[in-house]
Amino acid sequence: MTKEKRGADIVVDVLIKEGVDTVFGLPGGAIMEVYDALFDAPFRNVLTRHEQAACHMADGYARATGKVGVVITTSGPGATNLVTGLATAYMDSIPLVAITGQVPRYYIGTDAFQEADVIGITRPITKHNFLVTDIKDLPLILRQAFYIARTGRPGPVLVDIPKDITQQKTTYKMPTDEEVRESLPGYNPHTEGNPVQIKKAAELIRKATRPVLYVGGGAILSDAAEEVYKLAHLAQIPVTTTNMGKGAFPETDPLALHMLGMHGTYYANMAVYHSDLLIAVGARFDDRVTGKINEFAPEAKIIHIDIDPASISKTITVDVPIVGDVKNVLRKLIKELEEKPVEWIKAREKWLKQINEWKEKHPLNYRKSDKIIKPQAVIEEIYNITNGEAIISAGVGQHQMWAAMFYKYKYSRQFLNSGGLGTMGFGFPAAVGAKIGRPDKTVFAIEGDGSFIMNVQDLATAVQHRVPVKIAIINNGFLGMVRQWQQFFYDSRYASVCLSVQPDFVKLAESFGAVGLRATKPSEVREVLLKAMEINDRPVLMDFVVDREENVLPMVPAGKSYREMILTPNQKGEAETMYLVG
Amino acid sequence: MSDIKVLKVRPEPEKVIRKHVITVKVQHNFGVLARITGLFAGRGYNIESLTVGRTHEPDIARITIVVEGDERVIEQIIKQLRRLIETLKVKDVTDLPHIERELALIKIYTADDRMRDEIMRLVSIFRAKVVDVSTDSYTVEITGDSEKIEAFINLIKPFGIKEMSRTGTLAMVRESANIKMEKGDKE
Repeated sequence: MTKEKRGADIVVDVLIKEGVDTVFGLPGGAIMEVYDALFDAPFRNVLTRHEQAACHMADGYARATGKVGVVITTSGPGATNLVTGLATAYMDSIPLVAITGQVPRYYIGTDAFQEADVIGITRPITKHNFLVTDIKDLPLILRQAFYIARTGRPGPVLVDIPKDITQQKTTYKMPTDEEVRESLPGYNPHTEGNPVQIKKAAELIRKATRPVLYVGGGAILSDAAEEVYKLAHLAQIPVTTTNMGKGAFPETDPLALHMLGMHGTYYANMAVYHSDLLIAVGARFDDRVTGKINEFAPEAKIIHIDIDPASISKTITVDVPIVGDVKNVLRKLIKELEEKPVEWIKAREKWLKQINEWKEKHPLNYRKSDKIIKPQAVIEEIYNITNGEAIISAGVGQHQMWAAMFYKYKYSRQFLNSGGLGTMGFGFPAAVGAKIGRPDKTVFAIEGDGSFIMNVQDLATAVQHRVPVKIAIINNGFLGMVRQWQQFFYDSRYASVCLSVQPDFVKLAESFGAVGLRATKPSEVREVLLKAMEINDRPVLMDFVVDREENVLPMVPAGKSYREMILTPNQKGEAETMYLVG
Repeated sequence: MSDIKVLKVRPEPEKVIRKHVITVKVQHNFGVLARITGLFAGRGYNIESLTVGRTHEPDIARITIVVEGDERVIEQIIKQLRRLIETLKVKDVTDLPHIERELALIKIYTADDRMRDEIMRLVSIFRAKVVDVSTDSYTVEITGDSEKIEAFINLIKPFGIKEMSRTGTLAMVRESANIKMEKGDKE
């Protein structure tokens, strides 16, 4: 027992105990006591300009570091502003702890000032949430929150603390790790993987002639890049990664097929379509990946490794489900394969040859120009200038897909984006969080002009905290992805997509105290990037004015089979004359 | 373009829609029921009935859910229920030997002696009980599985039902079938 402490001090004590080095947030009435305690806390407290940005920053921090991100806000609007951020983290299984103030207990249910049923609102978008009703429970609940957030399939956990509890004083003992585990009898994630199933999987891999590894975000969350690499090279299996799985396997590797699905490469989609064995590793058969479900890898047996049993056979029936932590399961699977090896190189010769033919036939490509800046060219130049070493955080839209396609990722936690929820405005604040978590890395936010402006206010945060992120705006003056769909599927009727009034982004950056640069010609792109790379004491915003009607291709239209992939549009770019495969 | 071989399509899993009875043991925290009903509502599953009550163990409540769906939907429901932090055990008892019980209170119009006699006869056949009497009504308490209660209601309907309240189904696996199931129910 220690001396009496406020609930607010207990919050800080638990954050210290959990090894937190940064929190993001914005104070208000119901959380003031906690902010008072944070004032003396031995870790960084980042004041943001909007709670949504705080949540994305904590999220970007978590994605880049693998640690739990922490966001702290007040009750009512402070907490409701977290909704999009929490849902974003929930869909991508990102470990976050959100601490929200609540009105004092005696006001709850009276429609008090800044009261909202935050537990009710956030229930379906958090892995779990708590309303603290007794200060006795506070230390344990906070520790449970961290434990639940980072273990099993990670996710955001919210703790709602009434103001009077943060003010109340008590003596307490910090719960031990064991006490935390034992206090959650219904929570026992399976991490080991069933040995019988692993044997079956190994057998399928030995027998397969056209296997493909389909690797998702779970491989990154489980820190299994090394195992993925080992398995792929051991059994000579080509690897396609999802948008969330980018970096779990080096894209510079000859076995890399790059991304699959709606905007997947021709060769990844062809390989998956023709495969006889699909090994899904921490991936969840999202509709953007599978397209028409009954034509997805139609001849393949499917092995599915996932820590969440609810992900297995959710949209597609699998042959060998393995519930467990990806890293653990892959290690065991590799061991199993090594015990009874096959002449892998010989066995895969034909398949890999076929894949190389596909790669040569339709590599990722775009029409180059020396008159107008092509968005893809900007991404390629960022890749060159950063030697492929930067962390890239993308918003949502066309630029996100180009950032996924034209930057070759080599490491886990190198490409951050809102894959599941598709949250516009995510890229920039997440980049700020990533840079704070990984000050050693160059961090680029690749944003669209539409996406960036959704969290533009937090340029002030980046300037105030001297976070030298590089913001590359792929500025086409459109909500480009919607425009592309309108062009393809709505007879080019551009309804509400033209952002004809936008701020002057250079002046905007300058007004915040950041550096603003602009490129309007292809010859200026490199110059602008080189200038940006020299600035290391504040954010720099680069406005790349690009070809307005460039499209993201290849594309499998939503709900269609891979057979109906659009590779290149005709001269007029009309949908009905699209070039369909098969 | 013919570098793609058109392959067969994946077979659609057979869809057999039927009623399932699922029992759930949960930590009796406030809000746990909201979590469960929210899970059903948010995913568009239709609950036929849901009952909840305490057990002999302090802090543990037991929920019985009757829900209709095909195998895949039911499997998802069970997995989603298991995923909740506060669930301790989820069991689909539909195909296990089990006991189902429901209680109904039914207020029936009784216009004359002949009707009263007839109702009393049905009450006796169904081993129900009259628990309240007024000048023009009987209130009947009946327990049994849902089919029995449905049958009783159908027979009693012509007399005129004034008011009715049902508890929803409670279910418990018969001990003889319970041996192998104690382990690994929440995986």
